[in-house]
Amino acid sequence: MMSNENELSHRFEIKGGDFSNAGRASTSIKEILQEIGIDSSIIVRAAIASYEAEMNVVMYAHRAVLTLNVTPEKLHLKLEDEGPGIENIDLAMKEGFSTATDEMREMGFGAGMGLPNIKKNADKFEISSTPGKGTTLKITICLDKTEEK
Amino acid sequence: MPKKTKMTLKEIKELLQAEVIIGIDSLDLEIEFAGGSDLMSDVLAFGKPGILLLTGLSNAQSVRTANIIDAKAIVYVRGKKPDKMGIELAREKGIPLLSTKYMMYTTCGLLFSHGLPGVSGLSLKKR
Repeated sequence: MMSNENELSHRFEIKGGDFSNAGRASTSIKEILQEIGIDSSIIVRAAIASYEAEMNVVMYAHRAVLTLNVTPEKLHLKLEDEGPGIENIDLAMKEGFSTATDEMREMGFGAGMGLPNIKKNADKFEISSTPGKGTTLKITICLDKTEEK
Repeated sequence: MPKKTKMTLKEIKELLQAEVIIGIDSLDLEIEFAGGSDLMSDVLAFGKPGILLLTGLSNAQSVRTANIIDAKAIVYVRGKKPDKMGIELAREKGIPLLSTKYMMYTTCGLLFSHGLPGVSGLSLKKR
């Protein structure tokens, strides 16, 4: 953890395939945001985006680092994973498109809603991927409501 | 359509003949709306803070999802009960857990016919 008066930063490691711990980082992120007094509607959006991103790592990637960074104006979540990457990002962004296995569906996930739902909860969403290497997500949520899109 | 009304967890417990797994001290909690799904992706996409979550998914992800979206409580349908990790997390986060033997359709129908509305289809951001 790193923090000064105006900025707070936390780093979480997520393991691919670790279904029993899936969601722990996002649960911690929610607690951290509650502790620093972020508005509850923003916390829910950040927690949903983070949880969906975390589940994607657990389901598809080998490992990832999730970073939370909060400034007075913005909340940033950055997720960098090592994994198979995404061949066709446009297709992956489509609601309902999924390459999930039965095991993933038994966990209640893999309905092809993850990435679209992350985008829906973000004010700014960037995704880049290199097939065979990994995927990076950058999620920004404005804390100043006048800046929301 | 029945008139919209709130229900306490105690009334819900009695109506559904449910067993309280966690939260026997929280039965006065008022529930304003509910939503049912076994798919946590859908709950994350369409759930709203304050929801009573009805689900047949009994692993820890059900409780984690409920915590993430600020659900008020969970009712497990079809006699399902959460695993140990889910129970621990619910205890830690103060999320009451109930279990009913009714199937999902009947559970939803009983609550709806007693006036408990469903979650609207609006997303969090658009509210």
